[in-house]
Amino acid sequence: MTLTLSPPSATAPPLQPQGWLRYLSFSTDHKVIGLQYLVCGFIFYLVGGALAGAIRTELLTPISDFLPRETYNEVLTLHGTVMIFLWIVPVVNGAFGNYLIPFYVGARDMAFPRLNAVAFWLIPPAGLLLISSYFIASAAQSGWTAYPPLSLTTPATGQIIWILSVLLLGGSSIFGGINFIATILKLRRPGLKLMQMPMYCWAMLGTSILVVLSTPVLAGTLVLLSFDIIAHTGFFNPSLGGNAVVYQHLFWFYSHPAVYIMVLPAFGLVSEILPVHARKPLFGYTTMVYSIMGIVFLGLIVWAHHMFTSGTPPWMRLFFTIATSFIAVPTGIKFFNWLATLWGGKIALNSAMLFSCGFILNFVFGGITGVALAQVPFDIHVHDTYFVVGHFHYIVYGGTVFVIFASIYHWYPKVTGRMLNEPLGRLHFLLTFVGFNLCFAPQHWMGLNGMPRRVAEYDPQFELINQVSSVGALLMAVSTLPFLVNVILSAFRGEPAGDNPWNALTPEWLTSSPPPVENWHGEAPLVHEPYGYGVEPGSLSLAATSGRDLWSAGDPERKP
Amino acid sequence: MRIPAAILTLLAGMALVLTGLWVGQNINLLPEDASLNAPVYDELFKVLFSIGTILLIGIAGLIVYSLVRFRRVNGDQGDGVAIEGNLPLEILWTAIPAVVVLFVGIYSYDIYDRMGGMAPLNDHSMHAMHSDAGDSRTWAGISPVAMEASTGEPPLPVDVTAMQFAFIFHYPDAGITAGELHVPVGQPVALTMKANDVIHAFWVPQFRLKQDVIPGQPTLLSFTATKPGRYPIVCAELCGPYHGGMRSTVVVEEPQTFADWVAQNSPAASPDAPTAVQS
Repeated sequence: MTLTLSPPSATAPPLQPQGWLRYLSFSTDHKVIGLQYLVCGFIFYLVGGALAGAIRTELLTPISDFLPRETYNEVLTLHGTVMIFLWIVPVVNGAFGNYLIPFYVGARDMAFPRLNAVAFWLIPPAGLLLISSYFIASAAQSGWTAYPPLSLTTPATGQIIWILSVLLLGGSSIFGGINFIATILKLRRPGLKLMQMPMYCWAMLGTSILVVLSTPVLAGTLVLLSFDIIAHTGFFNPSLGGNAVVYQHLFWFYSHPAVYIMVLPAFGLVSEILPVHARKPLFGYTTMVYSIMGIVFLGLIVWAHHMFTSGTPPWMRLFFTIATSFIAVPTGIKFFNWLATLWGGKIALNSAMLFSCGFILNFVFGGITGVALAQVPFDIHVHDTYFVVGHFHYIVYGGTVFVIFASIYHWYPKVTGRMLNEPLGRLHFLLTFVGFNLCFAPQHWMGLNGMPRRVAEYDPQFELINQVSSVGALLMAVSTLPFLVNVILSAFRGEPAGDNPWNALTPEWLTSSPPPVENWHGEAPLVHEPYGYGVEPGSLSLAATSGRDLWSAGDPERKP
Repeated sequence: MRIPAAILTLLAGMALVLTGLWVGQNINLLPEDASLNAPVYDELFKVLFSIGTILLIGIAGLIVYSLVRFRRVNGDQGDGVAIEGNLPLEILWTAIPAVVVLFVGIYSYDIYDRMGGMAPLNDHSMHAMHSDAGDSRTWAGISPVAMEASTGEPPLPVDVTAMQFAFIFHYPDAGITAGELHVPVGQPVALTMKANDVIHAFWVPQFRLKQDVIPGQPTLLSFTATKPGRYPIVCAELCGPYHGGMRSTVVVEEPQTFADWVAQNSPAASPDAPTAVQS
């Protein structure tokens, strides 16, 4: 791979390391930073996965016999924090956002390249700090929610390191959010209108608005919590006149939008992947945009549904039930639009498509349990049980992580110039899909029948189902192997992909693979119709063999 | 001549709805129900389960059908049909979920109201019984007022103290302090819950009820047990290393057995102790 710089600078000695070393450098190239996020996130995913393995091993038996009880709580706290703040948020936002957004708006880099590099380089130290807390003293033991007074009474060093780490990661997230908003709004290539941008830009715009509005609230809350721990102030400490429930409000004011920070970018990525592999335009572009913005708005006013069993007055329970339920409407629009995008297409059943469809199935399941959980009387029974554990893993793993894998299969040829191996990819999908559902579907039943979350010991009646769930987790761990083999071997031996193996129309494919520094050798292309696939219904001559099928299938509900 | 697609679609839709209704009514995922609330909860669960099944099977069916029916045959490099949207269709599939969701929201409000969740925390007649109930910081899961209204019996007050890692039950009228919660069948029970250290939660799966127990902020929870038996009380809020072991039992007894238990356990063991219990 050679790097060709634009002519004036070609003679000057490069200030940045070249070749593979730039991936370890303070590079300001958005593509390098995107890959830094992705690889760094994936390493933390393996760490978080190992922690999940420890949890599932402990839960093989009803008694606490694998880990000391304190360690078990440290493990579950680290698992949640690592997976959310070091894997999903940085990867769906930072990795794909940095790699794709400048292409999509026709820019040569992000609006603030140095801020961008700073945002990335906050992550590895914050992650190492978090994990090191386990070895330095003991890691935080109060769950990723860190509810006081528990977080005030567990060992302080671990909790403070946890707070510092999350503050750094939150800062990184805010820097990223500001950068995306500025890039999307101000760096668009002249002539590119907002409503012509690829859907992922809208998703990242919505996500970044949420990041910028809600993350500072979390930061402020955690600073107050750290005062309570270090300086013995009493903000959240009832024995000093504080109020423990106020913390929950402030925490969820960030942490519910955080679900959308993890999920909206995934919605955007799926909207890019489906049209390419179904060879059809994205159905209902305009309603998709409005539903993203609807989710952003509603996402900010539903936080108290995490507190139905806490101290909440009746009117608040009613309001948050209705607001939460209504998120199903814009979300439903997006799912129906994706189904309509598939309908009547010419679908390539490759790994990217399979993971995307797996995402739709899992997320619909998670969405249905989500609407159920929004209902106060339903929630009062299953709140803080394995039902909730099952539900949110369907959202963040079955939803977002499936999309991360779909995106890797889709953009790998762009990033490396080589194709991934398809049979290995399908094996990866099969193992992940079966393992995931085996692991998390039974957890709903356990929750309904009396197993609370975050326990190391449980009622023996749940032993068999817990073992089934652990087998699923083992399959998920195994599924990582074909993926890793595939990604590493294909980088060297994969079939050369060419610049645009999927015949896609979005601007990142209209350059070489891998793309040059500053993205295009000449003028950035102006793409008015990023989803201009498909033949007009009147001119169906290209694929005469299957034309008749198309007509008979697409007919009843699609009179344009 | 082929059967028109519209008819097949209609039949598939009817089969789907019937399947959903059947699943909701006949597949039971819930534990035994042992309180007045539980059957009401189960009613909501069946409705949600039916709707969810219909949606999930419908969408899964559409995806699998699309993937099979519209898969790209080898060598075909053509595109699908260029359809970018269909406004009436999009309005339809915005309106249907909105109506369903609104229905579910209102229905669950009604369920919650029937469970007693929307009742005021206290009426004035109860002030004497619960000194804490007048405190504006007191919050309730299910208010004792509602329970009293639905059964017509005065509730049996019990003070619950949650601490790392146990529940302690105190019967103010009989002066009993116990590690298990004994309650008579059919009489409402009004729990006033306090936490000594961190947040805990009081959960009885067979009662379908849960309420956090929050330090510095008493919470109320009421229920009426309907079936004699022993049911687990589970702490559902992470409270420390032994959180998983923080369990107790609620023993639901016939009124006479309960009265005997009170008589045996009253500290004075005086003959008039049973009369102190309002049973």
